[in-house]
Amino acid sequence: MANYSTSLDDTFHALADPTRRSVIARLANGSASIKELAQPYDLGLPSFLKHIKVLEACGLVATIKVGRVRTCQLNREKLAAAEKWFEDQRKIWESRYDNLDNLLVTLKGEQHES
Amino acid sequence: MKADLQFDFLVDKENSTLTVKREFAAKRQLVWDCYTKSELLNRWFAPKPLTTKTKSMEFRPGGHWHYAMVEPNGQEYWGRLDYQTIAPIDNYTALDGFSDETGVVNPDLPRSTWNVTFTDRATHTVVTTVVSYASPEALQQVIDMGMKEGLTSTLERLDELLPQLA
Repeated sequence: MANYSTSLDDTFHALADPTRRSVIARLANGSASIKELAQPYDLGLPSFLKHIKVLEACGLVATIKVGRVRTCQLNREKLAAAEKWFEDQRKIWESRYDNLDNLLVTLKGEQHES
Repeated sequence: MKADLQFDFLVDKENSTLTVKREFAAKRQLVWDCYTKSELLNRWFAPKPLTTKTKSMEFRPGGHWHYAMVEPNGQEYWGRLDYQTIAPIDNYTALDGFSDETGVVNPDLPRSTWNVTFTDRATHTVVTTVVSYASPEALQQVIDMGMKEGLTSTLERLDELLPQLA
């Protein structure tokens, strides 16, 4: 459990950056080489590689080198763990507000009676 | 949720905020009362199957709501919402935090700021709640806490149970 929490920390830090989030979005469509991934950004290769290293360190992305080409792949399970917390928050608010809908109906009924 | 009422839930990871926007089929004064009177908060604030109980409530700037969300098995999750600014029936801001039963806020966990705005939409009311954390790191800590506390697992059990009841 402790290890899991630590890795989730890293995952969230990785996702807090817009460049890294857009790399994740790109990789959701399929694997790509570092060169392909770096192309849309106005960043030097060393700076771009730093982002890839953060994503790799937290396990969101795996890289494989074949010959001279390094290819990146998304680890979907890892991404799902970070997204889960937000989904849980959404469920809490949905349920809470369903309760409030019902309460408002009850209160409006009471107002009409009095 | 009723299908015709707007519900938006937006996550902004860059700024560590959650924005929850929801429309209610009632006048603004009534919705405001539901948010600001503890006897009414007790009737809706905790997600099902949990219930809400209030230990103390002082709705004024500098005052706070000390409450618990209670699981059916009796497990209690205490919280404290410290009111900062209040503009009836338009807006209030508050600082949310995890506390214990005596109302002492856990100093090791980050608190979030709530900015809650109430606006008219014809005969309905729209409530926009912006929950902000100080940094991505602060939000990470709260995520960890949620994982350990098990509140979310209660909600998951509910998801499993509902199809069986239907």
